[in-house]
Amino acid sequence: MKPFTFKIGGEAGFGITSAGLTFSKIVSRSGYHAFDYMEYPSIVRGGHNVMQTTIADRRVATPFTTTDFLVALNQETMDRHAQELGKGSILLYDKDENISLKAVSKECRTVGIPLTTIAREAGGNIVMRNTVALAATLNLLGGELSVLKKIISEEFKKKPEILKKNLTVANAGFRHAAVYFKAYQQSVLGKRQATQQKIVVNGNEAIALGAVAAGMQFAAIYPMTPTSNILHVLAKLQEQFGFIYKQPEDEISAINMAIGASFTGARSMTATAGGGFCLMTEGFGLAGMTETPVVIVVGQRGGPATGLPTWTEQGDIQFVLHAHQSEFPRLVLAPGDVEEVFHQTMLAFNLAEKYQTPVVVLVDKHLCESHESVSPFDYRAYRVNRGKVITKKLKKYEHYALSKDGISPRAFAGSGTYVVANSDEHTTAGYSNEEAEVRREQMQKRMQKLSTCAKEDMPKPKVYGPERADVSIVSWGSNKGAILEAMKNFPNVNFLHLTWMNPFPVAFVASFLKKAKTLLNIEGNFSGQVGALITEKTGFKIEHNFLKYDGRPFFPEEIAAEIKKLL
Amino acid sequence: MNMHDYLTPNVCTWCPGCGNFGIWTAFKKAAEKEGWNNTNTVLTAGIGCHGHLVNFVKITSFEGLHGRPIPVASGVKLANNRLNVFAFTGDGDALAEGGNHFIHAARRNQDITVVIHDNAIYALTTGQTSPRSPRGYISKSTPGGNIEEPIHPLRLALAAGATFLARVYSGDIERLAEILIAANNHHGLSVVQILQPCVTFNYMYSHIFYQENIYEVGPSYDPTDKTAAFAKTMEWGIKKIPVGILYQVNEPTYEEQIPQIKKHALVHGGTKKRDITKILKMYV
Repeated sequence: MKPFTFKIGGEAGFGITSAGLTFSKIVSRSGYHAFDYMEYPSIVRGGHNVMQTTIADRRVATPFTTTDFLVALNQETMDRHAQELGKGSILLYDKDENISLKAVSKECRTVGIPLTTIAREAGGNIVMRNTVALAATLNLLGGELSVLKKIISEEFKKKPEILKKNLTVANAGFRHAAVYFKAYQQSVLGKRQATQQKIVVNGNEAIALGAVAAGMQFAAIYPMTPTSNILHVLAKLQEQFGFIYKQPEDEISAINMAIGASFTGARSMTATAGGGFCLMTEGFGLAGMTETPVVIVVGQRGGPATGLPTWTEQGDIQFVLHAHQSEFPRLVLAPGDVEEVFHQTMLAFNLAEKYQTPVVVLVDKHLCESHESVSPFDYRAYRVNRGKVITKKLKKYEHYALSKDGISPRAFAGSGTYVVANSDEHTTAGYSNEEAEVRREQMQKRMQKLSTCAKEDMPKPKVYGPERADVSIVSWGSNKGAILEAMKNFPNVNFLHLTWMNPFPVAFVASFLKKAKTLLNIEGNFSGQVGALITEKTGFKIEHNFLKYDGRPFFPEEIAAEIKKLL
Repeated sequence: MNMHDYLTPNVCTWCPGCGNFGIWTAFKKAAEKEGWNNTNTVLTAGIGCHGHLVNFVKITSFEGLHGRPIPVASGVKLANNRLNVFAFTGDGDALAEGGNHFIHAARRNQDITVVIHDNAIYALTTGQTSPRSPRGYISKSTPGGNIEEPIHPLRLALAAGATFLARVYSGDIERLAEILIAANNHHGLSVVQILQPCVTFNYMYSHIFYQENIYEVGPSYDPTDKTAAFAKTMEWGIKKIPVGILYQVNEPTYEEQIPQIKKHALVHGGTKKRDITKILKMYV
């Protein structure tokens, strides 16, 4: 099947995102692949919310620019999205709202249903019109009502009154579509025999779950879009799994608390967005200097300053690579989809402890908040690696002892061994010292960690598509899904996806660039920051850039158009 | 450990006559008496003359950044709530750069001892006005005299919800050692404001100034009376600087309200890979 896009839009505060997620779950439980994408303003009530889900019978991890089925709960949805409806598409709108159909293409079939009236007549309220719309949609797309009813039953398990009303409302919506719009029925969601039950998760959830699975013991996170959802998940699970989530007074405190907990032996993390990371930059270097492990999740959004709080961007990579004065070893990972997010988060904890240095997991709003249906995460191969930890009480111990790999033995505060951690330059014992020789030794020791890590832990980047190609794409992070989908139309295009930014896979990237005929760099920022990084590391300058900085993710259609230009 | 065991190989770098010597000595005395050592105690410090203390005391310590010893101490305490945790800080450190942490530490009531080395000046940066410098104070940063109102850290902490407030002069080593012990034994956050003369840069708040102008609140004073404590924190002037324990009440600490660390400290639970199969099912 051709990927099919469902979209629902309405006023903020009316449950659009929850309806959208319910739809993604319906898609997944019906045996199809789901990927959703949400657009919303930075206000709680009154703005325009829209959520779209891509339905496919194979993995398609991207939104599209066209819409096959639009549910419009208000006029604004029509104004903004009617032009996305093409031939054969369906518009389902609330007949109770005064919605104008002027902008709708003649080739689009319109389905007016009095959603509000049906919800009210069945005993529900206006928010339940979402349920009417979902049930009607399910009918028109050939799906089974029981899938929706099961989800509703799970959601309102503890609220029998609301559950009953929602089920009645769902029945009414499904029946209404069956009676009045039978001719429009198509087979998109006919139940498929799925090989395995999938989970529907977004990047934030994958990070939180990865942290829990990796044995994280302490998280201090100040709320900030797009990563707040990480703390929502962690706060709920803390008692059950025996870790602590702490809401601090600011991001400065967040990273310092995580550092203090780590110094005492707890696996620690924090998470924020680019703006919060600005406040964390001093703590970032503190972790590097004191050699204290900490995992820092940075979710990029449109900046600078408050910027575009609820929209996506990839403008913080150079910032993360250079934040803080002077130099220290920082590891920077940049996953491209929810599975990579989960596994790189788990890995980040091992790397932070092995190298006793901060590790950034760099994501973006598109990755943080888009759900994808994936197989339940399989992490059987994962082993907790705490590095050179000393559990015995030592009479003589040096926190910053010199070593070939740059890594010193690590004793925990309060374990009986005398430990000194120092933000001043220090001797091997940790005491403040400003001698040139001591400085050179400690600087070399710390920076050595990057070479050790590149050698011992950095995997080769992945290349998708044929080995020889007419156009070679270089990109990173959440652009992966859109690029892979665009490539479906071009057998002669390949794609290098970078997930390790520091250390950087220099030799591999250089050899890929050397072999390439025509290169295209794709990034969600104004100046091509990873392109610049590639030039810095390899000397190659990528000639063609497709850059986007309007807060929207990449869509496969626009990437395909860029590829065409180069063929 | 006896007092000599707390010495490190480092040569002390404070100016002769510095109030920090009194704090150093009193802390070692208290440590010896109470048996504070590397199995049960952790120190954090910020940046300023006070921060050097961690180079001179052989107890596990973390010298962090300017203004940030309190959040580091918070993390230490949450990770292992069985430890005695001291956050050493200065007046610039706690009240300017780290003001936000100070306020929130007071309302959070973690079982941490915050020790403010209050010399009412920026000394390590060679003498600028601090949040504790009085109005009219002439320094390199205020050559025409300070035109801002000084902060009173105990009043601020009391308003923010702190449960133990004490003030003591650094030259009174016996009393200071007693207060440090009482502060550490207090159940909850304790703030000790140490009046610490900077003999090099602060021409007003000298040893003699404090010796002449402090008075003990005495046995008739009720430290559990919040209104009286507020009144005491309003006092500051000639012959009118109250010292001693100005406020102490028992409230639940932050840590004892966290069920996860009732049975054992967080770090004693071990760092283990966890099975999230059941949680994943909720995302189907």
